[in-house]
Amino acid sequence: MSKKLKAVIIGPGNIGTDLLMKMKRSEWIEPVWMVGIDPESDGLTRAREMGIKTTADGVDGLLPHVLEDDIRVAFDATSAYVHAENSRKLNELGVIMIDLTPAAIGPFCVPPVNLVQHAKELEMNVNMVTCGGQATIPMVAAVSQVQPVEYGEIIATVSSKSAGPGTRKNIDEFTRTTASAVEKVGGAKKGKAIIIINPAEPPLLMRDTVHCLTEGEPDQAAITESVHAMVKEVQKYVPGYRLVNGPVFDGNRVSMFMEVEGLGDYLPKYSGNLDIMTAAGLRTAEMFAEETNSGNITLPARG
Amino acid sequence: MNLKDKKVILHDMSLRDGMHAKRHQISLDQMVAVATGLDEAGMPLIEVTHGDGLGGTSVNYGFPAHSDEEYLSAVIPKMKNAKVSALLLPGIGTVDHLRMAKDLGVSTIRVAAHCTEADVTEQHIGLAAKLELDTVGFLMMAHMASPEKIVEQARLMESYGANCIYCTDSAGYMLPDEVTEKIGLLRAELNPNTEIGFHGHHNMGMAVANSLAAIDAGAIRIDGSVAGLGAGAGNTPLEVLVATLVRLEADHGIDLYKIMDVAEDLVVPMMDQPIRVDRDALTLGYAGVYSSFLLFAKRAEAKYGIQARDLLVELGRRGTVGGQEDMIEDLALTMAKEKGLI
Repeated sequence: MSKKLKAVIIGPGNIGTDLLMKMKRSEWIEPVWMVGIDPESDGLTRAREMGIKTTADGVDGLLPHVLEDDIRVAFDATSAYVHAENSRKLNELGVIMIDLTPAAIGPFCVPPVNLVQHAKELEMNVNMVTCGGQATIPMVAAVSQVQPVEYGEIIATVSSKSAGPGTRKNIDEFTRTTASAVEKVGGAKKGKAIIIINPAEPPLLMRDTVHCLTEGEPDQAAITESVHAMVKEVQKYVPGYRLVNGPVFDGNRVSMFMEVEGLGDYLPKYSGNLDIMTAAGLRTAEMFAEETNSGNITLPARG
Repeated sequence: MNLKDKKVILHDMSLRDGMHAKRHQISLDQMVAVATGLDEAGMPLIEVTHGDGLGGTSVNYGFPAHSDEEYLSAVIPKMKNAKVSALLLPGIGTVDHLRMAKDLGVSTIRVAAHCTEADVTEQHIGLAAKLELDTVGFLMMAHMASPEKIVEQARLMESYGANCIYCTDSAGYMLPDEVTEKIGLLRAELNPNTEIGFHGHHNMGMAVANSLAAIDAGAIRIDGSVAGLGAGAGNTPLEVLVATLVRLEADHGIDLYKIMDVAEDLVVPMMDQPIRVDRDALTLGYAGVYSSFLLFAKRAEAKYGIQARDLLVELGRRGTVGGQEDMIEDLALTMAKEKGLI
């Protein structure tokens, strides 16, 4: 039996297609199905051309094939509105759901911070927070692992071209979800998130600023070491994740200035914000596959 | 220019945009004193919040002396005729802040976005209109887009429910001809019931001239700030604008001497530094950079030894937009490294 877990991607848009291209290179995850709702869509056509089975009947079109094709992991790149139903239907069949929407039914997952724990506990639905969260929460966690963080604030700046209609229509969801994950995953007692959309041409790379206010004087040496180690962890799945400046210290303020360049698979390199989501989602599924392979977790039994 | 009997609704910014110039440290007593003075002078609308709008409190923009709730609760009950507005920048503040402001008695919500990104305002404009607030769409950094683009974005805000659209010269970059062209096209293309507004900054010394050009081209709401207290070289100084409107016999409803006295007796003594076109404020206008970057650039100069002017010119070259204050320290660090200063 192959060690790879078989997967379905729901939502053949930009994110779904980029995810598919990354998954094709994965040692642990094998893309089998792409689910859409429009048979004429470019995304489903692209998936078929890449040798992937497709259905235009939504998740219901996939359900009869889940067991026969032994689908174990699903990536939902649709919207928060339909995610709950998608997740319920697939969880019932023992499929682990990686949620790339802002629905956040399951616990937040930021791979270098808490993925190992989620995999060990075999969480059947994990949420990938937001692009800004994936880019910044590792830094907040790097500081809070050294000493308590009273307040964590992140500012994500993304290019206009990489901010899709979903993000724009419900931009409050970004600020709320990210701020909440800065607290729950990053470890800050209070979190705040700000997003800026910049229309400059050529489009700017995603950039992120992280400010932490520590309890007491920051331990500069330990924080600097922790931050650099965390950057290396993120770079394992997002090679274009860079610490441009910092950490800089000013009283009890610790600030990191980041830049995220994408791999340029399907999405252009400037959309590091989208790339870090697909890369983190895939990394998450890979961890479940690795843990399964090494016998640390057992996937739901199938007849 | 014939503005005789033209209706103009002035909107004071000293207690919101002025917060930038005060590092958001205006006291509750100062807020109430200035707002009361403006109310007595006949100012119809007064904006009160953190400089970056509702929810602006942050490391990035500065922690204020008091919360938005505290400022609004202190000022609103003291107003006899003036209405109080609040600014909201989606991406910084949320609809929760909007509801809070409405509950405290704010009558006008101004939802701001960069001039090409109006579609981030749908939730907020939609809710404000549904709550039957006076709902304004505020297109910032309007010098960065063509008149046609501004109209396209204004139409989006109009479609979400805004009853007034602002062309906002956040960088104080525009010269009067550009104001005339943009306001004129908005007036020609938007629904006749939609009001048009103009918000100027004085970085090129043009704020009063630009405001008059805007009125002449069809704007009815004009933002300004008593004594100019605001970001960069300040907003359109209201007492100066009012004096010009008196001479032009426009219909503005303000008592000139009273607003001059508020400027001189209350606001000027509050200033931490003169609000004037110094070389850094001039650079904002010249390079087209968001006015509230000024004090951040000056602080970065003091800390890292890179001239504020050089930072601002580079930020303009990179096409930074409102809210990107975090770029200033980042850029100063990069430039200081390149020069071997750190």
